[in-house]
Amino acid sequence: MNTSVVGKNLRKVDGVKLVTGRAAFTDDIQLPGMLIGKILPSPHAHARIRKIDARAARALPGVHAVLTWEDVPRVPHTTAGQAWPEPSPYDTYLLDNKVRFVGDRVAAVAAETRGIAEEALRLIEVEYEVLPAVLDMEAAIRPGAPVIHDEPDSTNIHDASRNIAGHISKELGDIAEGFRQADLIFEREYRTHRQQHCPIEPHISIAWLDPDNRLVIRSSTQVPFHARRQVAMILQIPVQRVHVIKPRIGGGFGGKQEMLLEDICGALALATRRPVKIEYTRAEEFFMARSRHPHILRMKMGVKRDGTIIASELKVLATTGAYGSHANTVQGNTGSKVLPLYRAPNMLFECDIVYTNTSVAGAFRGYGCPQGFFAQETLVDEIAHELGIDPIEFRLKNAIRLGDTDELSAVLGEGRKGLPRVVRSCGLPECLERGAAAIGWARKRKRVNDPASHLKRGVGVAATMQGSGIAGVDWASALLKMSEDGSFHLMAGASDVGAGADTVLAQIAAETLGVTLDKITVTSGDTDFTPFDVGAYASSTTIISGGAVKKAAEKVRDQVLSVAAKMLDVPADSLECRDNVVSAKYAGETACATKSVTMTEVALRAMYKDKFQIMDGASHFNTDSPPPFCVTFAEVEVDTETGKINVLNLVTAVDPGVAINPMQAEGQVEGAAAQGLGYALTEEMVLDGSGRMVNPNFLDYKMFGPQDLKCLKTILVETHEPLGPYGAKSISEVPINGPAPAVANAVFNAIGVRLRKLPMRPEDVLQALREKELSAEKTAAELQELVTV
Amino acid sequence: MKTIDISVHLNGETTHWNIAPGDILLDVLRREGYVGAKRGCETGACGACTVLVNGKPIDSCLMFAAQADGKEILTIEGLAEGDKLHPLQEAFLDYGAVQCGYCTPGMILNSKALLDQDPDPSEEQVRETLSGNLCRCTGYTKPVAAVLAAARGSK
Repeated sequence: MNTSVVGKNLRKVDGVKLVTGRAAFTDDIQLPGMLIGKILPSPHAHARIRKIDARAARALPGVHAVLTWEDVPRVPHTTAGQAWPEPSPYDTYLLDNKVRFVGDRVAAVAAETRGIAEEALRLIEVEYEVLPAVLDMEAAIRPGAPVIHDEPDSTNIHDASRNIAGHISKELGDIAEGFRQADLIFEREYRTHRQQHCPIEPHISIAWLDPDNRLVIRSSTQVPFHARRQVAMILQIPVQRVHVIKPRIGGGFGGKQEMLLEDICGALALATRRPVKIEYTRAEEFFMARSRHPHILRMKMGVKRDGTIIASELKVLATTGAYGSHANTVQGNTGSKVLPLYRAPNMLFECDIVYTNTSVAGAFRGYGCPQGFFAQETLVDEIAHELGIDPIEFRLKNAIRLGDTDELSAVLGEGRKGLPRVVRSCGLPECLERGAAAIGWARKRKRVNDPASHLKRGVGVAATMQGSGIAGVDWASALLKMSEDGSFHLMAGASDVGAGADTVLAQIAAETLGVTLDKITVTSGDTDFTPFDVGAYASSTTIISGGAVKKAAEKVRDQVLSVAAKMLDVPADSLECRDNVVSAKYAGETACATKSVTMTEVALRAMYKDKFQIMDGASHFNTDSPPPFCVTFAEVEVDTETGKINVLNLVTAVDPGVAINPMQAEGQVEGAAAQGLGYALTEEMVLDGSGRMVNPNFLDYKMFGPQDLKCLKTILVETHEPLGPYGAKSISEVPINGPAPAVANAVFNAIGVRLRKLPMRPEDVLQALREKELSAEKTAAELQELVTV
Repeated sequence: MKTIDISVHLNGETTHWNIAPGDILLDVLRREGYVGAKRGCETGACGACTVLVNGKPIDSCLMFAAQADGKEILTIEGLAEGDKLHPLQEAFLDYGAVQCGYCTPGMILNSKALLDQDPDPSEEQVRETLSGNLCRCTGYTKPVAAVLAAARGSK
């Protein structure tokens, strides 16, 4: 495609202010009289608040408000930032007389300094009736387990009496018949753990009343419009009275697809009539924000001898922690985005999402897929190995392909009925091919490790996919207007959370309008000054918000052309916009220089002669969710003495459709791969027996750093997606799914043991090796016995 | 509360601060409008609050403001000359090394200290330097490339 702006590695439109450190983030403003808010976290995993006495705290000089459950409206809601009506349990309260995890809100204070606020928290006297807690998801559904949500007013909980927040069961074809037809059946159990997003900017909100008595909330959020609606409902004020501003965001990764601080910060601002800021400390971010759902997955596949998968079944037990949040939707994705990668005619997905007295799980890049793909891609590797088929060939044989329709997505939408998914672009075979070449697959699979060395190398592969927006649910809108100098102001509801959405949207606008990128000014994610957008999640921004921007820009371009047509006295359809000029199409020898006008001339003419503001807007949604495809190749070196897995190479080949900004797209892949590798090997929120997180800091919670990540290599395998603006799909989530299974498969290739639990710690490797030795010794002993007999 | 007066040579200008003895440098910098230094962990683990004190990168969340008395401090705000960006800032933009930008000032200042000491560092040295800055967005590939490019460019 011949484009001037799209497909180019252009600088971020918000880059200069970020590299110069100008005030751009939530915390970078100081308001006169601003108070500091703090939340008192529950020290107990499960307790009822018998009595709460805040008199001493309120009497402390400098304290302006203390709020307990007795002071605030009781409105059941979900904190999940999702399109209304959210398919999530309404089981959360601004403040409650029961706490359900260590870190749950007990009370909130606003004081003149952080020191006074912290002192006030210590002065709040709480009498707890400590209740039996259940931390383990298998224990939570046993008869007699403590009931976590025994309140009568919560709604949309599947079975509160059994701690089941949500239940999913969807079948395609006839799963039992599928297994009957199979020559071989493989079934394995996998366990995944709790990972945290760890944005370097913790959650933060600043709330104040503007001169019109409207509640303004400047917040580090991925979902300003959902937050506005939720805050209005919880604080019982009209939506009209709430203004949410999303400034620059210091990373979200799904953790900020959550209305987490906006409500309580707003409540304190209303109570004090002063600006209030609440910022989580790093420790609070760990145990009071959100995390990835831990899963126990049972995956079963039936195959023919030739390697054709004919039945695929995934049964999941997941925990959402103490509140429902994204329970149904994340786990729905575990089925709908994972199983359809392979064309089994018979599929079953079953899932129970259960409450436990643990930190709340929520949206997290990958949204249920890293768990599901860990199971599926390691099981598939095992099957290929058993059948003696190369893992790449096995995947190519079974994978969904161009023109296929994924029917599981039709029955399994995000917490509701979905829509069938048609594959209109598919770079999967090429991802497999180019990734294999980059890692040296053919050569390295044949490698024989030196039996004398304790260092063993191996390579592994995993194929994954995701979606681009939620079909039929996600939608976005954008406005564009022209200024005197021929520049354009784009007002997009989309929320750039650091992934570069403002730049991508500006590139789409510039390309469509025929102007250079510097002619686009972007305002985004502000509920007063931009039109609606669901927000930054579900890999929707490039495709959905980008679609809205493209439509709006096409309308505005038509207006530009009609003004220019009058100026040049030619038909509008003979003109085109290019390089900030409107000129005759097919400009060549025949086009004379006078048959063109600059954008500036068009703008001046429209504004001061025609008395007409060139402007327009558009909304956009898709009824399908085009999958970006991704293949991850890992090469590892396993130290059989220490159990350490050293990742030597991690190649991610990914199909983003057309990359609007390839450099930014690569950046998304690299960041996701790094986060996925941490998930695979080191990152784990560890809870003690009382439900308290023991490693809520960056020293004990290990994320990979630059010296650990020399291994990353990215390959963009571009295709053209008919449903995306300029052929684009979305890319920011899919590369996080592959590292864990690719590494696990590489470990098997290196040392012949299967790791089925995350993270894959050195002690797990050693234990697996020991078990392998023991079973080998046992076999040898049995053989010996046979010989002796 | 007892306060003390200190003077620091901040971004090339002598600046006087009236502070409490226990004030943390990061808090004072941000209060005084130098918001390029970010709060990420307050334990010296993430490096988002990095500034240069007498040319050396330090985590300003771990330093008392009083300890800066008489010292030279460079924050990210002092790196560009007017609108002319520092080569590291240019390279971070050109190489796509900035995503959310929260860790970026710390990365750039840490890298500046490295380049001041060794204008031609190896990739290994750059990676070692940046290990003082946690970044959750980039996977470090592009920041490392940007620092190496800036080093090449200023040769």
